[in-house]
Amino acid sequence: MLPRFWRKIKYRYNLIGSKCKNCETLYYPPRNICPKCRRRGEMEELELWDEGRVISYTIVHETSDDFKLNVPYIIALIKLENGVIITSQVVCNPSEIKIGMKVKPVFRKYGEDGEDGVIYYGTKFVPAD
Amino acid sequence: MIGIVSYGTYIPKYRIKVEEIAKIWGEDAESIKRGLNVYEKSVPDIDEDTATISVEAAREALKRCDICKDDIGAVFVGSESHPYAVKPTATIVGDALNLNGFFYAADLEFACKAGTAGIQNCIALVKSGMIRYGLAIGSDTSQGAPGDPLEYSASAGGSAFIIGENNVIAEVKDTLSFTTDTPDFWRREGQRYPSHGGRFTGEPAYFRHVLTAAKTIMQRNCLKADDFTYAVFHMPNGKFPVRVANQLGFKKEQIELGLVVRYIGNTYSASSLIGFSAVLDYAKPEDRILLTSFGSGAGSDAFIFEVTDEIHSIERNPKVWDKIKNCVYIDYGIYAKFRGKIKMR
Repeated sequence: MLPRFWRKIKYRYNLIGSKCKNCETLYYPPRNICPKCRRRGEMEELELWDEGRVISYTIVHETSDDFKLNVPYIIALIKLENGVIITSQVVCNPSEIKIGMKVKPVFRKYGEDGEDGVIYYGTKFVPAD
Repeated sequence: MIGIVSYGTYIPKYRIKVEEIAKIWGEDAESIKRGLNVYEKSVPDIDEDTATISVEAAREALKRCDICKDDIGAVFVGSESHPYAVKPTATIVGDALNLNGFFYAADLEFACKAGTAGIQNCIALVKSGMIRYGLAIGSDTSQGAPGDPLEYSASAGGSAFIIGENNVIAEVKDTLSFTTDTPDFWRREGQRYPSHGGRFTGEPAYFRHVLTAAKTIMQRNCLKADDFTYAVFHMPNGKFPVRVANQLGFKKEQIELGLVVRYIGNTYSASSLIGFSAVLDYAKPEDRILLTSFGSGAGSDAFIFEVTDEIHSIERNPKVWDKIKNCVYIDYGIYAKFRGKIKMR
């Protein structure tokens, strides 16, 4: 868990995705190879830091013990202004969430490996207005 | 000219009122409000801590100015509630700001004045030519033991300052510190909540250090209270800063704008810095500001700032008072959950 998370810090803290220079498609999480262009594609990293809108969501009521204190929480598909669709938690009261709602990225805690373990951080979203 | 290039703040949106806490402990809310001059306090969300608050405040500071992130040569995070006992919060902040890794990083701890200590460190590094810009953050998610008087005021928030030599919005004219061994408030290793010396936190601790630091810096710069547009003091409650301001000769209108404690509580390392940010939100060129922090243990850092014409060149919205007003009230049950006071199996 620890090395896997550490490798992804760059992309979780800052929503750094990738862009294919050949077809200009944006990806998040980043990809090493463009599935459309394959060998013709050339990938570069790109900061996707952007506001977006909720295009779909679900409210989670049942979860693992690690997230028991967080329920109910919202997982949403968010379309960023640059067109990338990402899956993320939206931190707000479940009664407030709506399709089309404008959201912005924030830095929050994802979880921790118990009381003496490492703390995981990353990007979530909150209502923008 | 060395001083503040930009600043940012973060205040969690949740609030709990004094009435709600007093109800749980069977105490008289009106008498507590009169005693502390605090009406409500900010509460961090379940996924917020000193690191997340520091990052949000720092991102706002960076967004407001036009500097190259790679020129930030130092990151200091002052707090008494760092998420790790061993592993610097400053490293998390640096990566979350996507800095290039070539920066000096340190966590500072001096009760409620670790944020201003970070500013002093940045000033020294910039002045010596070792760095171009420094980032100093005061941030806390402070806790009071359930039922302790501290529970009415201990709150959460953060304020970040970029210190540099170019495009300075508020020049540092002078700074000094006054420090003694005064055990007014402490938390021993491994203890969950801090302990304090009750009334001992007043005269020998807060008032002695704040008054000495403020009086000395004013005297050595030949300045009187009337020479300042604003004054901001550390705010452990709503009474101490008002009393200390009166003793130094400041009038109500000089301190009112920075007196944020009544609505967000004591944000510890961020307390005087959020008050100072609230003042910067409305400051005009040539305004002179006295800032004096206090950290239990004990010490005070005093600063004299003069606002420059550059203040108009940076974005100052949303303002601190907008963030204070934009809040959601919670009850004690939710508060206990958010603050980790409920122990799971």
